[in-house]
Amino acid sequence: MDTRDTAEQAELRRAARQLARELGPSTVGALDDATRHARLVAAVRDAGWLELRDDTGDGSPLASGVEAAIVADALGASVADAAYTGPLMAADLLRRAGVERADHAVVAFSGALVDAAVVDGARTAEAIYAIDCSAEQPDSAYAIVAEGAEYRLARLRLADTSNGAAPQTDLTRTVRGIAPGAPVDDVPGQRRLLTTDDLAHWSALGLALTSADLVGVMRGILDVTVAYAAERQQYGVAIGSFQAVQHLLAEAWCLMDGSQSIALYASWAVDTLEPDEARAAGRVAKAYCARAARQVCETAIQVHGGIGNTWECIAHVYLRRALLSSHWFGDDGDQLRGLQHERLGAVDGLS
Amino acid sequence: MDFRDSPAEAEFRARLRPWLAANNPGLPSSSTDDEYWARQAEWHTALYDAGFFGLSWPTRYGGHDLPTVFDVILDEELAAAGAPPRPSLGYLVQGISRHGSDAIKDRFLPGLISGQERWCQGFSEPDAGSDLAALRTTGTIDGDEYVINGHKIWTSYSDVADWCFLLARTEPDVAKHKGLSAFAVPMHQPGIEQRPLRMINGITTEFGQVLFDGARVPAQNMIGAPGEGWRVAMTIVSHEREPGELGYVARYAKTVKGLEKTVRADPGAFSTEQRDAVAWAHVQVEMLRRHVCRRLSERLDGVEHGPGGSIDKLLMTWVEQTVGAAALAVSGSRSVLDADDEPLKVYLYSRAQSVMGGTSQIQKNIIATRILKLG
Repeated sequence: MDTRDTAEQAELRRAARQLARELGPSTVGALDDATRHARLVAAVRDAGWLELRDDTGDGSPLASGVEAAIVADALGASVADAAYTGPLMAADLLRRAGVERADHAVVAFSGALVDAAVVDGARTAEAIYAIDCSAEQPDSAYAIVAEGAEYRLARLRLADTSNGAAPQTDLTRTVRGIAPGAPVDDVPGQRRLLTTDDLAHWSALGLALTSADLVGVMRGILDVTVAYAAERQQYGVAIGSFQAVQHLLAEAWCLMDGSQSIALYASWAVDTLEPDEARAAGRVAKAYCARAARQVCETAIQVHGGIGNTWECIAHVYLRRALLSSHWFGDDGDQLRGLQHERLGAVDGLS
Repeated sequence: MDFRDSPAEAEFRARLRPWLAANNPGLPSSSTDDEYWARQAEWHTALYDAGFFGLSWPTRYGGHDLPTVFDVILDEELAAAGAPPRPSLGYLVQGISRHGSDAIKDRFLPGLISGQERWCQGFSEPDAGSDLAALRTTGTIDGDEYVINGHKIWTSYSDVADWCFLLARTEPDVAKHKGLSAFAVPMHQPGIEQRPLRMINGITTEFGQVLFDGARVPAQNMIGAPGEGWRVAMTIVSHEREPGELGYVARYAKTVKGLEKTVRADPGAFSTEQRDAVAWAHVQVEMLRRHVCRRLSERLDGVEHGPGGSIDKLLMTWVEQTVGAAALAVSGSRSVLDADDEPLKVYLYSRAQSVMGGTSQIQKNIIATRILKLG
């Protein structure tokens, strides 16, 4: 056992953090800077990070869950407003089905945001959601159709539906609502049906990447908040000199560090462990990281005081991103339910 | 990055597993009754005799000179087998190894590691808890001996100890951190009185207070130089804060396994809240397992024990207290109808974790000032 980064992983971590720091929005106002945003999107694309889960040719991905999570963590830490996890999850699903990669592909999720939308019929029946869409708006989203005990992919035409244009909670990633009635098309050239094992492994990746994003969010917001506590003066001294404030930040720091350990394991498990074990590792990581991130972000807003409750303070940008990453692939409550089902036995009406 | 076993690690695991299956004594997961510590001593001897104890310590003193990851494997297998945790001696071994002379190490490490000689740690006093350097127990030179007078409290295992790792003030006229020295004091002598201290879960044998009234210790039993006691103490407490050093992950995992078994036997009898509490305890224990792996791996780079130990101690405390709360939740009303209810005792015992080895408040002070550089 040796959980340290390899030289290549360390270099990827360094490069991703640097790029996200330089081109991510360091202020709320910078979210509206279209030039910066375009440069970030181009840089993420040019770095090849959107292809990490593409097919090498033999069905295996170009990079493991560990590398994918290293980038997710770096982007989360700088609340980077470029699509990453969404395109990666689409590429991973297409690879498992043996379908050619498609630029700007995205997966549609059921309203709880836990699982890929399962469709049945020529048109969708419920509202579904495409999460973390590319800047170039996709004209289609992928869903799955049950076929016996397995699944095939389906493509939903978005142009034909009224786009649910609800205001975005997460200011850094685009969620597209897909109203009921979207036409369901076949996906040509699917070489393999997806098994429940495929979907378990795919969920494991989703859980690992959203957990890694949350770890990044925690580290990023703590960097901002610790710096603020060292600088903001009240009673003639820095507020960071008060034990009451120190203890809040120390607790938050520990939650971030513990989250990092468990998220790391989940990212390693994706391509190493059996599907159910990998998903269980993802569930554990996500349950911990989702609870931790909520507390860390709330602490950060508290330490920022009145400023922390204004739109101009970047703390809420982190909190909003944490909320979406928490719910996507299931929040702590969903994961605890899942773990109970696997470990404690089923109870009618409870699990 | 790889959480998998190397070939040597896998070989060790394969050797350990059948031994554990045949030799698991089936003790409770923590000291919930007064017999626990007696049986824990037998477990120490059994592990040692089979070659499964002191894995990362020097062969010369009875260890096996293996990387610390082998301790993690031992902990994992103990947890998987539902076996008792390994005895937590690492901090004393580290204290003696780093500060003791060769003569001290040769004299004391073999007996400590094999379990032939048992130790307690005499640091805290009634008026020196978090402010440890304020301790008032004195060590006064008298020929080739020191004479010890004072009062130690919250001393674990003092009732069975052969030796006390004692911190005493030997130089009363210098600054409080500088006048302290550490000793290996023989417990079996007329100048020492040991009094049991009853813990909140009713246990009387784990905790004690020790009164020193003219007790004597040979000067050659000093660990480190005169006045080095504070540095010795800091070595010990920093190791005492590390879950990897203590092997507690196995203890927590064993408790959670027991709770899961209880719920699985009759799932419908437990509420959503009770099931959530058990699942959350599982999540916390898994977090700590991976955290220990990560920390030990970081140490391969030569990262030293430092303030980071306070992060680990806080995480470990939260895990133990989450597990304790889950035990209480699963027990439900039984916990108030029967004071001998084992989950109740596990819960009550867990409250000590945020005090022993430095309170959670002290750990947060250390993290804020030394890691976050606030102050």
